[in-house]
Amino acid sequence: MFRMTVIVAGLALALTAPAEAQTPRKGGTIRMTAPYGSSFTSLDIHTTQRAQDEIYAKALHRSLYIWDSAEGKPVPELAKEVVVSGGGLVYTFKLRDDAYFHNGRKMTADDIIWSFNRIMDGTKAYPGARFVRIIEGAAAVEKGQAKEISGLKKIDDFTLEMKLTEKVDPGFYFFTALTSIYPADEGGKESFIQHPIGLGPFKFVEHVPGSRIVLERWDKFYKPGKPYADKLIVSIMGEAAARDVAFRNKEIDTSVLGPAQYVAYQADPNLKGTIVEVAEVFTRYMGMNPAFKPFADKRVRQAINYAIDSDLIINKLVKGKAYRATSWLPLTSPAYDKAMKPYPYDPAKAKQLLADAGYPNGFEFEWTTSQNESWGLPIVSAVIPMLDKVGIKVKVKQVETAVLAEVVRTGDYQAFIYSQQSGPDPLAALKCFHSSTPQPACNYMNFRNPDFDKILDEAGQTSDVGKRTQLLQNANAFLYEEAPVWFFNYNKAVMAVQPWLHGIQQNPTELTHQNAEELWVDETSPAK
Amino acid sequence: MPMLSFLIRRLLQTIPTVLAVVMLVFVLFSVVPGSIASTMSDDVDPQVELRLKQQLGLDDPLYVRFGNYIAKLATGDFGTSFRTREPVTSMIAKRAWPTLQLIFTAMAFSVVVGVPLGFIAALRPGGLVDTLAMVVAVSGLSIAKFWLGLMIMYVFALKLGWLPSFGYGDGGLKYLLLPAVTLGVSPMALFARTTRAAVLEIMSADFVRTARSKGMSEVRVVKWHVMRNALVIILTTVGLQFGGLMGQAVVVEKLFSWPGIGSLLVDSVLQRDIPAVQGSILVVVLAFLAINLLIDLLYGVIDPRIRYA
Repeated sequence: MFRMTVIVAGLALALTAPAEAQTPRKGGTIRMTAPYGSSFTSLDIHTTQRAQDEIYAKALHRSLYIWDSAEGKPVPELAKEVVVSGGGLVYTFKLRDDAYFHNGRKMTADDIIWSFNRIMDGTKAYPGARFVRIIEGAAAVEKGQAKEISGLKKIDDFTLEMKLTEKVDPGFYFFTALTSIYPADEGGKESFIQHPIGLGPFKFVEHVPGSRIVLERWDKFYKPGKPYADKLIVSIMGEAAARDVAFRNKEIDTSVLGPAQYVAYQADPNLKGTIVEVAEVFTRYMGMNPAFKPFADKRVRQAINYAIDSDLIINKLVKGKAYRATSWLPLTSPAYDKAMKPYPYDPAKAKQLLADAGYPNGFEFEWTTSQNESWGLPIVSAVIPMLDKVGIKVKVKQVETAVLAEVVRTGDYQAFIYSQQSGPDPLAALKCFHSSTPQPACNYMNFRNPDFDKILDEAGQTSDVGKRTQLLQNANAFLYEEAPVWFFNYNKAVMAVQPWLHGIQQNPTELTHQNAEELWVDETSPAK
Repeated sequence: MPMLSFLIRRLLQTIPTVLAVVMLVFVLFSVVPGSIASTMSDDVDPQVELRLKQQLGLDDPLYVRFGNYIAKLATGDFGTSFRTREPVTSMIAKRAWPTLQLIFTAMAFSVVVGVPLGFIAALRPGGLVDTLAMVVAVSGLSIAKFWLGLMIMYVFALKLGWLPSFGYGDGGLKYLLLPAVTLGVSPMALFARTTRAAVLEIMSADFVRTARSKGMSEVRVVKWHVMRNALVIILTTVGLQFGGLMGQAVVVEKLFSWPGIGSLLVDSVLQRDIPAVQGSILVVVLAFLAINLLIDLLYGVIDPRIRYA
């Protein structure tokens, strides 16, 4: 048994960048933007996995863990102490006794148990179920075979025991808003979706559907002196050009930049200093279906990687707003191997590999794509002539994003282009290629290789951090060799931040997801 | 009494139209690929997906689902959103007022600017005013709303600092003006052209010549003969444009973060929230039919020769 004690109060220092070592100012209004659509899906954050919704949820709710951008890992948030026992399968959380919901009631272990049981309701398809499934007995609740998760046990009001099905770090499973803790007596009420109650640093004030969410400081928040701002407004702004005008007009404090704006902001001396960028844990790729005969051959898949000039596309089309992918794990992954080099652009080698695989004249395949500017039709259009050069013809099948998600899950494709989360937990990310992972879960290429499974299983079993990292790097290198996908890029998230907004965290899981209690505005902010 | 029987007849005529729209939307969304389950989670257990479909009634045959939907609709129940689990009527109610604000302000702008512009242009055909008016009209019809909206934002918010560039704020005129003008420019241009054409045609009509030959002043000719007759044509165009504006509002709402029905509809389509899609389309259709009915009734007020037969 080993003991892991976490002093939560120390987090604030770790999260604050050295360059911003000024005294945070109390008061003011933070004006963030939600750039991924024209509305929030729901005020019940358990029901939605959209990055858009987590922007406001990070301020309103809290989960058992929280992402610490400075440390680059999840750390306990609602627990003061975590004790691991049972060979790494049993976690005992000594919960905070100073966490109050926005209705004034103190959080207890019952609220966590209630929230996790709710998420496993098998008639609702809550997206957080994929994380809670790691708790023993959770899957039985989902299947309707049990009413409560057997692996969750309340020791007392502020002590919770959690038994896991696998030896994993639960922090990676319980840090997103999908597993937010709701107040047990309120979360089930109809009124909750109109007026959500959370544990976060800001409480709900108003939602104007399709326009904004307004939150205000929760005075009983458990981190002393935080949050700093009085008010937080999250405005829905799906159009990049409109965000650009609003940002230049100082009406908003943050704006996610697309490739075109990224170039313009870099070139503008007044705006260059506002740019914050981070390598996010998303890998963009073209998945190849091994059931489609040519793609069953590793040499063909490798040939495709050699045939595409990825650097050219990233530089010219994506305007440098991406990092070249080597294999699956992204730059910010703890198991990323810096020594690994990406597939070089080598059409001659691609042709040779195709000839060796029995396709000297190439072949034709259907490529399913959405219209996404960073990993959709524009990229496919740029790749087509490159593949044509080595004899591979492409028939484009354009679908909308909701359809693409279904196509990918059901395997109804020859090839598709997608952006998939590839972190922050490298083990979980690589598990998407394990034979035991069903295709609809995240093994979209239906990748099955016993040698790969063996490496990954070994990584899962070891408690030696160094050995685990090495094994994960080996698994990542294995994928590079097998090339189940065309490794295109890792997303470079870019956000413009007004000079009066401080405390921005370079969160690689999603840059727009900010721990709002760390943000503050100085007196130069034009917002009242 | 003829007006009342006309009204009843027209109301009855709307029933098959509404039913046809409801059926079309229902069938379309039953066959398009993509499902609510796939938009909810990347990793849905197949058993859960099945139970979710059962719970939402998506595993019933199409005719059963349609029958249930119509039965609910008859009682004013638009169903419950798959995503937010809110009644669709409540979702639409929250969006209806901003949409009405936007559309009526856009329409007011387009009528107030477009009709006089067309009138003035028609009084001196081929002159400088006419040429300028028609340049404005053709430009207004040709410019893409998205681009126009951005330009308006750039000039009035960023450069002049007169108005906010986006958002609903308190719903006041300050926030409404830029989206309304963006939305209103295209109908304004159409009204200018329609008015010009109508006035030119009426000016050369026999009854206008007769009025002039009787010694009636030009002002009276224009006021009593030309304007009244042109109004019938303009009113028809206004009625048709209301429907168009509801469709075009989607782009403007998204650009200006305006919380209308248009953006609700688009998001609901993307998320396969079928009850919300059906409800939003139904409201738009009903609004279109109601406005056109109102226009039909106004014909009789403007021109007593028109009878409700």
